[in-house]
Amino acid sequence: MKKTDALIIGAGPTGLFTAHQLKLIGLDCEIVDNLDKVGGQCIELYPDKPIYDIPAVPECTGEELTNNLLNQLKPFDIKFHLNERVEEVKKEDNDWLVKTSGGNSFLTPNVIIAGGVGSFEPRKFSPKECEKFENKSLFYSVKDKNIFKGKTVSIFGGGDSALDWAIELSKKSNVNLIHRRDEFRGAQATVDKMYELKEEGKIKLFTKYQMANPHGEQTLESIDIKHDNNEITNLKTDYVLGFFGLIMQLGPIANWGLNLNKKTIEVDTEKFETNQKGIYAVGDICNYPGKLKLILSGFHEGALTARACFKLARPDEKYRFEFTTTSTNLLKRLGKKE
Amino acid sequence: MAKITYITSDNQTHTVEVQNGLTVMEGAVQNDIPGIDADCGGGMACATCHVYVKDDWFNRIPKKEDGEDDMLDMAFEPKTNSRLSCQIIVSDELDGLEVNIPSKQA
Repeated sequence: MKKTDALIIGAGPTGLFTAHQLKLIGLDCEIVDNLDKVGGQCIELYPDKPIYDIPAVPECTGEELTNNLLNQLKPFDIKFHLNERVEEVKKEDNDWLVKTSGGNSFLTPNVIIAGGVGSFEPRKFSPKECEKFENKSLFYSVKDKNIFKGKTVSIFGGGDSALDWAIELSKKSNVNLIHRRDEFRGAQATVDKMYELKEEGKIKLFTKYQMANPHGEQTLESIDIKHDNNEITNLKTDYVLGFFGLIMQLGPIANWGLNLNKKTIEVDTEKFETNQKGIYAVGDICNYPGKLKLILSGFHEGALTARACFKLARPDEKYRFEFTTTSTNLLKRLGKKE
Repeated sequence: MAKITYITSDNQTHTVEVQNGLTVMEGAVQNDIPGIDADCGGGMACATCHVYVKDDWFNRIPKKEDGEDDMLDMAFEPKTNSRLSCQIIVSDELDGLEVNIPSKQA
């Protein structure tokens, strides 16, 4: 079990800057995120799209913003726990006991939820029958490509993941690529390569088709796919891969006894504390009168929450407001002074 | 101002007046019409405000811009008359518009 002054859930821009604020005022913190990389929505939804409303940054992409925030965290030692989802938050005396899907547990007086709109989960096929084959012969990501060797794999989707896997697996498997329209949104070079392989007969392409029904008792045998004109085609297949991007789900947060409003958490505007003492929500996931879902609002919320955390983490000390321009203490923490 | 009718997957009909300049998504969210999540807040980044536009209306409303079809690839059960309601801006011409809300957004 790890003890820390504050645990941040979510490594998006708000979570990262909140970590900066905590470390600056002398508190420890660790960060947990369900994704395999930091950056949250900025990286997952719009890494290349420019953002124009970060104060004093006229233009930057989601990726640049994330890298700049990480640079700003360089003076500090912050532990990231990626690929882990927080499953459980439980009161233990004056602290919160937090458990993750990766088997980590934390004891902390402060839990800061900077979870965007929840955790990212793969979008799934619509027909309910597909669930039966999930993680056996139907997958939403590839863990071990060797299982597909010599088999027939039907890949659904029109983005880079679907195209990249269609091209890669076509070397050693029979590949069907199925997409709901004629246009692909992957990189042009990848799209060209896929058409080349189609011409060579290495990829069978089905456009304007979607999944209709999987068939098979214990193991998957075939799938029905349905054309826009309602015509059904049956494809023999051993495996199915679906790449429809990610969706944000509130997930276990819904079970922590917090006041929720649709998919957001209600907080006060002094500490951004929820109805549970020591649990805060900042960034897109929090809600209060006048809330704006902007990155700059998340920065403000994180700064105030960090000060609130100080009271619970250091009950016997008094927090003193200081500027980074003049405070020897802060400059030492930033590594600018011995 | 336009009267817009939202039909949920269980055939509940909600007709509301939506101000010009708002989006069809905002009209639903502000009137607590169920089934439109709009996780990203209207940024064409999530595909959770997906609706089906009745055929006669589909060709009358402003066309999809770049990127909308890319997001629709990720929507739950997209069809040829699928749109993201955050990209349909309300004007007097849309008075009487009917949209169907899918059984779920993801």
